[in-house]
Amino acid sequence: MAEVKLFGNWGSPFSGRIEFALKLKGVEYEFIDEDIYNYKSPLLLKYNPVHKKIPVLVHNGKPICESLVILEYIDETWEKGPSLLPKDPYERALVRFWTKFLDEKCVPTLWKTCWSIGEEQEKAKEESTELLKILEGTLSDKKFFGGDSIGMVDIVANFISYWFIILQELAGLQVLTKEKFPKLGAWIDDYLNCNIIKENLPPKDKLTAYFRARFEAAAAAAK
Amino acid sequence: MGNDELILLNFWPSMFGSRVKIALEEKGLDYEYREEELPNKSPLLLRMNPVHKKVPVLIHNGKPICESNIIVQYIDEVWNDKAPLLPSDPYEKAQARFCADYIDKKLYEAGKKITWYKNKEGAEEGKKEVLEIFKVLEGALGDKPYFGGENFGYVDISLIGFYMWFHAYETCGNFSIEVECPKLMAWVKRCLERKTVAKSLGDPKIVYEIVLKFRKSWGLD
Repeated sequence: MAEVKLFGNWGSPFSGRIEFALKLKGVEYEFIDEDIYNYKSPLLLKYNPVHKKIPVLVHNGKPICESLVILEYIDETWEKGPSLLPKDPYERALVRFWTKFLDEKCVPTLWKTCWSIGEEQEKAKEESTELLKILEGTLSDKKFFGGDSIGMVDIVANFISYWFIILQELAGLQVLTKEKFPKLGAWIDDYLNCNIIKENLPPKDKLTAYFRARFEAAAAAAK
Repeated sequence: MGNDELILLNFWPSMFGSRVKIALEEKGLDYEYREEELPNKSPLLLRMNPVHKKVPVLIHNGKPICESNIIVQYIDEVWNDKAPLLPSDPYEKAQARFCADYIDKKLYEAGKKITWYKNKEGAEEGKKEVLEIFKVLEGALGDKPYFGGENFGYVDISLIGFYMWFHAYETCGNFSIEVECPKLMAWVKRCLERKTVAKSLGDPKIVYEIVLKFRKSWGLD
């Protein structure tokens, strides 16, 4: 029986974050692919009765839920290997601030931008642009949000580097471009070039086909 | 840690600000308290929290820390020689963070539906949600004196500030939390016996008066 299990979904950026972290720490784990849009398995409901969502990390039979909570747990439990968070309390507070900002503001707004239409989309586009400007400013002269190497903020920003790029193209949008956001553009290139990231992303054609099907279904439903 | 300068920017009815006050008190720290006269925000607040422009903000030797639960964790990590607020075991710590995250994601929004209701149905919906959340939290508490077990800690700190708003929730939503959630109220009373909590929470009746004032100014009444 595997000591570490990860309940996730092949296309999810949220369980994707956990996979990056486990691989970075060199932790062996069993991945259980949940078909979350169609079905929530009894095991998932048992391990995450409150939110009924992935990812869930199960370590020696004990579940940990919510990706940001799981990431800190991984950092504290497997101390060997690169740290996800810095040691200094002030730097840690900043990491926590930015990961919360990404999760609670950036990801939902960027997602909404791609899936909404008309005035709602225009408003979401404006909000997204403001949020991306803030991230661009935070990146400043650093290669990664974590400095010279990727850290927890970079891991949590995964959605922006890959999923959002695919979605905005399918939605016919150009919210995040290298011209508008040169630092974020460079960060995306460096980030996707990291072995730990590029070897663990869902296949682009599979993800694109999946989202394209969802766009078509949404358009059909709207008619 | 002799010459630390600590300034807390807050608005006293904030359930989030009270988390920071309690944490500072638990650690026995001296700090300067500055009241923000919301909705007017001071230039200092806007400079120290340009992203969210919200209270509370803790300024430690000139450097700002924002977001209440992040501030509490910061206080716990810097002043780690006494009164630990989070468990030391990573799994217990994760459970505490999960619970505080649940409170953050759910309770504030549900509570707002009650206090800023536009009609009876809205208030009723908010009340149902709040009670569901309280039931989940009572389940997490179980038979323990505090969410942290024998010791008052991070999750207790995360939740107790909402007590200031209970009277407003009850009055706007027309229900009694004591009747619906007696276990939770027993926990509240236990927390209020702590000096650090009692001196950090404002009067729930005055919070309700402020709710009425804001309702009127927003044309809800």
